[in-house]
Amino acid sequence: MALLSLQNATLRFGGIVALDDVSLAVEPGTIAGLIGPNGAGKTTAFNVITRLYRLESGDVTFDGRSILRTPPSRIVRLGIARTFQNVELFPTMTVLENVLVGAHTTSLFEREANVRRSALETLDLVGIGNVAHLPAAGLPFGTMKRVEMARALVSKPRLLLLDEPAGGLNHEEVEELALFLRRLRDELKLSVLLVEHHMNLVMRVSDHVHVLNFGRTIASGPPAEVQRDPKVIEAYLGGELEGAA
Amino acid sequence: MRRNAPALVAVAVAALFFALLPFGLSDYHRGLAASVAVYLIAILGLNVLTGYTGQISIGHGAFMAIGGYTTAIMSHYHNTNLILTLPLAFVITFGCGVLVGLPALRLSGVYLALATFALAVSIPQLPLKFSKFTGGSAGISASKSVSNSWLYGVSWSTAAIAFLFTWLVLRGRTGRAFRAIRDSEVAATSSGVTLAIYKTLAFGVSAALAGVAGSLFVLATNGFAQPNEFSVTLSLKILVGAAVAGLGSLWGVLLGAAFIALLPTLSASAPLIGSAHGQDVVFGLFVIVVMILLPTGVAGLIPRLRRLRVKA
Ligand SMILES: Nc1ncnc2c1ncn2[C@@H]1O[C@H](COP(=O)(O)OP(=O)(O)O)[C@@H](O)[C@H]1O
Ligand SMILES: [Mg+2]
Repeated sequence: MALLSLQNATLRFGGIVALDDVSLAVEPGTIAGLIGPNGAGKTTAFNVITRLYRLESGDVTFDGRSILRTPPSRIVRLGIARTFQNVELFPTMTVLENVLVGAHTTSLFEREANVRRSALETLDLVGIGNVAHLPAAGLPFGTMKRVEMARALVSKPRLLLLDEPAGGLNHEEVEELALFLRRLRDELKLSVLLVEHHMNLVMRVSDHVHVLNFGRTIASGPPAEVQRDPKVIEAYLGGELEGAA
Repeated sequence: MRRNAPALVAVAVAALFFALLPFGLSDYHRGLAASVAVYLIAILGLNVLTGYTGQISIGHGAFMAIGGYTTAIMSHYHNTNLILTLPLAFVITFGCGVLVGLPALRLSGVYLALATFALAVSIPQLPLKFSKFTGGSAGISASKSVSNSWLYGVSWSTAAIAFLFTWLVLRGRTGRAFRAIRDSEVAATSSGVTLAIYKTLAFGVSAALAGVAGSLFVLATNGFAQPNEFSVTLSLKILVGAAVAGLGSLWGVLLGAAFIALLPTLSASAPLIGSAHGQDVVFGLFVIVVMILLPTGVAGLIPRLRRLRVKA
């Protein structure tokens, strides 16, 4: 059974159909890529899953149960954690404090010292233990993305939603990210829904790729298959996909 | 622990200072020093709400009025021990704060400021409506009055407890949830922070501290609770004190409280314009100058000084 699934999800903003009868699934222990040109509805899908947006019709299930009645602040308790495309940190707090907020749901009745240790371990895991005590504002963009990743991971999620984690990273950092995502899947047994424009990264790490265009599913399947799909190539005007082979 | 060492030393020194201070003061100045403690408690309260959760209130005088009337009424009708009226005021104003916090969930920024302003205007007028019970505009007095030495001891002890309480509330998970809400409601929600719970909790804690300050405020005015003591100016004064102290940090509250408690008195003796009605002008000028020089308040100086020391 799929860990997460959207079933015939539809959501409109005025005249724009941001999600048009979209059905997609994330199998447990896999990385699912979610791609599509700008405005395709990828971030909207994340906001629907985390209950920031309300679907007009269709359903979202996690672990087989509908989550459309779950309040937004309870989503992380179910085991779904996310990052944001444009980075939503707590700028006046330190990096460590940001991650400690991520541990909000796991820290009730837990000793502060233990919570701190787990936050610091998570910062080490994403490779930024050295900036723990710096203010989150003013860090390089790539580092901020890692803080968000740590803040999501510290809640011990089963499903991680990553919105363009490679945005603003250089070549080397993207390679590191690819390794890291595989580690999350293979060692920590996490499932990941990955929104990304970096085609090469998506095609390499994903077990399954889902393609949206103007809110509609235009392809869904293994990366090699999706890459060759004429509709996908057309949506991307050929350009971006070729470099990915 | 070692990170907290300078803070602990500072608190210990302050405690010793305030324990010894009354011996060096005249009776009048003891009363004045007690009023610093009263404002300190109110500023702590406003700081929890506005500084830590980012919800603006210009109505804290209303909660002070509720706390103050609690003390006066309980003492007047039931002869309740004055010290016991303080925790009672705490509980009652906590409840009032939560009640105000619930509708405030739908408001933010200027709209919340206006709504709390309306509270500051209307709540102190309520006693006029129930003047049989509350004494109307003439006010109601506690069954006994207290000396300035008593006031000094009780106010500063309460201030110390209030400071410790606030520090404990803010230092861990709850304080982080407050600040997370201030910084990003979306990210806080996604991290599992329920906005409604923490915003109303902040309102409750904040109002409770203001309520206790109101109780002491009434005791400091000969035990008399009167509507016009709790004018809008009082609310604004607390806001000025919180801004001078520095929002979102606890380390400036003493200076913020001293600023609003002592400056009006000091301004009156300013040469040329201070006397008669000039003291308000002097006070206003000081507020403007301080806000220009210290836009992040006294507490904002601490990181600045730390950076200087690192460079040196
Ligand atoms: N809160 C909103 N209000 C109005 N329109 C929105 C909102 N969120 C997304 N949209 C629109 O929905 C469409 C999909 O956006 P989005 O999901 O952000 O795309 P992307 O695939 O680039 O992440 C876009 O046309 C966008 O303008
Ligand atoms: Mg997007």
